[in-house]
Amino acid sequence: MATRSTAPSPWRRSASAWSMGLIVTLIAWFAIYRQLQPFSNWAAAHLPIQPGTSLAEAVSFFLYDTAKVLMLLTLVVFAMGVVRTWFSPERTRAILTGRREGFGNVVAAGLGIFTPFCSCSAVPLFVGFVSAGIPLGVTFSFLIAAPMINEVALGLLFALLGWKVALTYLAFGLSIAIVAGWVIGRLHLEGWLESWVRDLRTAPVDLEAQRLSLVDRFEAGWDAVRDIVGRVWIWIIAGIAAGAFIHGYVPAELLSRIMGQGAWWSVPAAVLLGIPMYSNAAGIIPVVEALLGKGAALGTVLAFMMSVIALSLPEMIILRKVLSIRLILVFIGVVATGILAVGFLFNALFA
Amino acid sequence: MKNIKILGPGCKRCQATEDMIRAEAGKLGVDMTIEKVTDYAAMAQFGVMSTPAVVIDGKVVHAGGLPKQEDIGKWLGA
Repeated sequence: MATRSTAPSPWRRSASAWSMGLIVTLIAWFAIYRQLQPFSNWAAAHLPIQPGTSLAEAVSFFLYDTAKVLMLLTLVVFAMGVVRTWFSPERTRAILTGRREGFGNVVAAGLGIFTPFCSCSAVPLFVGFVSAGIPLGVTFSFLIAAPMINEVALGLLFALLGWKVALTYLAFGLSIAIVAGWVIGRLHLEGWLESWVRDLRTAPVDLEAQRLSLVDRFEAGWDAVRDIVGRVWIWIIAGIAAGAFIHGYVPAELLSRIMGQGAWWSVPAAVLLGIPMYSNAAGIIPVVEALLGKGAALGTVLAFMMSVIALSLPEMIILRKVLSIRLILVFIGVVATGILAVGFLFNALFA
Repeated sequence: MKNIKILGPGCKRCQATEDMIRAEAGKLGVDMTIEKVTDYAAMAQFGVMSTPAVVIDGKVVHAGGLPKQEDIGKWLGA
């Protein structure tokens, strides 16, 4: 009776079937992707809306962007889901144990990009790192980099705004994670941890090494697609709706006056505005795209995006279980300062 | 009688893990108790860093993400 669901069906198990399926899917993906613009124009034209109006423009933008972003997201998440099977929090911890501050911060920030991470496991991860003797500053470098620089953010930035913006975001995100973690380490705030965390010493768990076949890795990629795309699509729709509204209705001169290069105060305003706002990269990037299209300065917009993603209130509330309020405030202060610096630097460089 | 602990802060996937194990145990006719561990300090004692994690008779057998159905069968059968 167990044969029905436990025995894997043969085609799902076979690497050649997976490879064939992937190739066919990729070809279909590109074919559909190229037809998105004409299709969304056609769909918008068949809706009972007066053509040529702001509403028609917003609807067409909404349809096109939704399809485009969802397709790109699926591709990026699948690829990254496969790559991430070579990384795990346990392995990352083993790599970081015994590293000194400085170089340790660099390694931690780099690993933050690839290690599977979600804010719901931020606490066990934090505790696991600290209890293994990894310095607090190095742990923070990881904790800042992991949510801020992720495949969704980089993939969508690359696809919607080009490789220059994506690389800039990567470089600045890494710098903030490294420097902010290093600064927190220099401040020697170990005493500000909740006491149960400080006293905890654990031996690393030795899970039996799981040997993964190529098929396992592909399946992990597909699981990541179902999980992440299933979770963030609602944010994407919300973000694109906001982007479509900006695209269709907000006058360009107003926006460039508020968020343009001339307004120095717009960078701190963007950071402050971003802290209580919570969205993930998928939801915020369509807004970023629309803002840039209306003449907002790149530094200001990137600062806004980093603030929304890296400094989120829900994550702070989760981290409160292990960090004292004072330590959380220092964390917010140091990261916000880093984001400010990046915003100003960028606006100055590309003025 | 197996003692199974599911470690996780109570997210959706922790519940899904529990459901999977219950279903599989019912199918195989394995006698067991399931206990949920949501306390972070207790989780840390097991050295687990990614959730949901599964502990069977004091031994961590899985950490991070949903377990595979065939693995559950193996843990319960052993």
